[in-house]
Amino acid sequence: MLPVSYYIGLSAVLFTIGALGVLIRRNAIIIFMSVELMLNAANLAFVSFARLYNALDGQIFVFFVMAVAAAEVAVGLALIVAIFETKKSIDIDQMNHLKG
Amino acid sequence: MLWSEVGINGPEFFALAPGILFFPLAGLLINLIFGGRLKEKAIGVIASGAVVLAFLVALLQAISLIYHPEGKIIPLAEWIRIGELKLRWALQVDTLSVTMMLVVAGVGSLIHIYAIGYMHEDVIINGDPTRYRRFFVFFNLFILAMMVLVGADNYLMLFVGWEGVGLCSYLLIGFWYDKGEGGIANAVAGKKAFITNRIGDFGFLIAAFIMFGLFRTFTFNDIFQQVPELALAFKGALMLITLFMLLGVAGKSAQIPLYVWLPDAMAGPTPVSALIHAATMVTAGVYLIARSHPIFVVVPAAQNMVAWVGGLTALLAATIAIGQFDIKKVLAYSTISQLGFMVAAVGMGAFTAGMFHLVTHAFFKALLFLSAGSVILGVEHGLHHLERRSRGKKRAPLEVHHIDPQDMRNMGGLRHRLPVTFWVYLAGALALSGIFPLAGFWSKDEILAEASLLNPQVYWMLTIAAFFTAFYMGRQVWMVFFGEPRSEPARHAQENPPLITYPLIALAVLSVLGGALNLPVVHTFGHWLEHTIQIEKAVKQIHLGEAAIKSGFNFTVAIVSTALALLAILLSWWIYSRRYPEFLKQPPQQLPDDPLRSLLGPLFNGMYHKWWVDEFYGAVIIRPYLSLARFLAEVIDWRFWHDWFHDVVIAGGYKLLARLLAVRIDLGIIDALANSLASVTQALASQMRRLQTGYVRNYVLSIFVGVVVILGYLITR
Repeated sequence: MLPVSYYIGLSAVLFTIGALGVLIRRNAIIIFMSVELMLNAANLAFVSFARLYNALDGQIFVFFVMAVAAAEVAVGLALIVAIFETKKSIDIDQMNHLKG
Repeated sequence: MLWSEVGINGPEFFALAPGILFFPLAGLLINLIFGGRLKEKAIGVIASGAVVLAFLVALLQAISLIYHPEGKIIPLAEWIRIGELKLRWALQVDTLSVTMMLVVAGVGSLIHIYAIGYMHEDVIINGDPTRYRRFFVFFNLFILAMMVLVGADNYLMLFVGWEGVGLCSYLLIGFWYDKGEGGIANAVAGKKAFITNRIGDFGFLIAAFIMFGLFRTFTFNDIFQQVPELALAFKGALMLITLFMLLGVAGKSAQIPLYVWLPDAMAGPTPVSALIHAATMVTAGVYLIARSHPIFVVVPAAQNMVAWVGGLTALLAATIAIGQFDIKKVLAYSTISQLGFMVAAVGMGAFTAGMFHLVTHAFFKALLFLSAGSVILGVEHGLHHLERRSRGKKRAPLEVHHIDPQDMRNMGGLRHRLPVTFWVYLAGALALSGIFPLAGFWSKDEILAEASLLNPQVYWMLTIAAFFTAFYMGRQVWMVFFGEPRSEPARHAQENPPLITYPLIALAVLSVLGGALNLPVVHTFGHWLEHTIQIEKAVKQIHLGEAAIKSGFNFTVAIVSTALALLAILLSWWIYSRRYPEFLKQPPQQLPDDPLRSLLGPLFNGMYHKWWVDEFYGAVIIRPYLSLARFLAEVIDWRFWHDWFHDVVIAGGYKLLARLLAVRIDLGIIDALANSLASVTQALASQMRRLQTGYVRNYVLSIFVGVVVILGYLITR
């Protein structure tokens, strides 16, 4: 069995990739996926620490996160579809209408 | 008096004294409130009835005084209380005030009754019947004010009445305020009377103020008690009081130099001239001096001055009366002259004689004025008769419209047309001329007799004035009632109804018999007044000795004055009955209006023009006063005060201050503060706005960096 630190390291790598994806990419779908990636990195960290400390709290929390993530996907994709229908684009940089 | 001396208590009605004020007040209020719905007769009856009732009250007071000659003070109400000053409304019932009340209410009732008939004609002739009620309201108000004046127990209450009668005089002179020359002459006459009286009232007020300063009270009895103690120490103050009072008397009683208003006051209806400007109001000054006798007797210099003013007025006014053609103007100057007699008498200390002449003069002068009114009405009837007839013929005789019904040159021969008026007028004229045994003879001779002892110079002035008096009355009677009618209206004059002639007959009886009040030796009136004016006897005793008081009648004086009067009447007969018709025969363009003009020449011109006194006052006082007023109005008020001070200084200064506040303070400081706040915010915002790129990724980065920083801080802490 691999040591927990590996999982934590993977989690950190995944989170960093997700964060960089959110910061760098302009495609809304990609950003959305990157966000999912960060969530899952967090999930992985939860599970890893739950295993390390033999506590079930982290495991349970992951379920919650997944549930919330599923809801978020539903809302987020609906928003993206709505934006696409009006702007014929999902480039995040064009969504700057609220700028004063 | 006899009963009182033996100590029998008779009836006493002093408690009824307030009725003297109540009845005229009630009459005036009834006519004021309900008069609009009443008929003319009812208005007149109410007004006259009120005065008759007041007369009855006065009569009851007189009866009470026979038994209780010391009189009584009837308090009515408190008026003012400020510190030391305590004033009340109170009636002083004594022989002096009741004498005045009897004259005012007695002559007043007769004139009220006469006015019922006279004003009926007057409002029809002048074409405004609605004024009938107003006339009687004013008339009753006058009686009320006069009763306040004579009934007062202090100087301020007297002043209220004094002003009240002045107001009524003004209102009634201007009764036909839209008539007269240019439509304003009557109103101007009223104004002249009022303003001239203001000068006198100023004197009265100053006298009252000095009096209060000296005596700390206004009440007659309290003042008169203190006079003997203060007479030596405050001689100057008492002198000032009496002289300022004399100014007030000169205003109200039409003496030099303020007499000019009285002739113009004839613009009022004739009953007004009779009641206010002959019989009662103008005698208020004489009453004031008689009432204030304790002050006057301790200042001989002032007394002397009063006597001289009276004497000069009597003489001057008598000369002017000779040159007048308006029947009422002659009587007006005669009134001034007779008032001069009274003022001279009370000035010399002959208070009884002055008051006696006041009473008899009220009788015969009221009679003369009312008869003159009757003559005027009679001639106006003739005028209307002619107008009616000419309207029927459709051919108006031109000269009829231009005839002045008051001008004696248009009269003549009226004794046949107006028989009753003629006889009563004759009685009044003879009484005024001082023919034995009519009322005027007794009272005038008493004044002359006293004057011959007390002040010989004034005696001569008064004697000459008496000669002129008889002359101008003779002239008037010959011109008005004798000879041939000199105009068409006079030829058609008509006698007036009994409502007008009966009061005349009553007054004629009084004028004939009035002298019985104070016959020599008996001195009924003298003893009557003695209870109030006690000092007169004592003063005369010092000056003249016992003998003079006893007789009070001087045969030499009486014979001289009667002879002069008869001579004057003879002279007037010769001039106006013998020579006048000859003058009238001359061709019209050479016709002299008065035979006297050719005899006296420029002297008559002076009399005719009233010695140019009005013109003199106009040049010396009125015109400078008007130009001063114009200077004050145009230069001081308008140019300096309005144009310069208001417009330039105040408005300009204010504008300057406002501009300073607006530009420097408001724009410069307050607005700049607010604006700079805004511009700083704006500048800040324009810098901060750069942070808002609108790119989601930028926001995410900043959140990310923020999280890293916070976490880093939490970890490394």
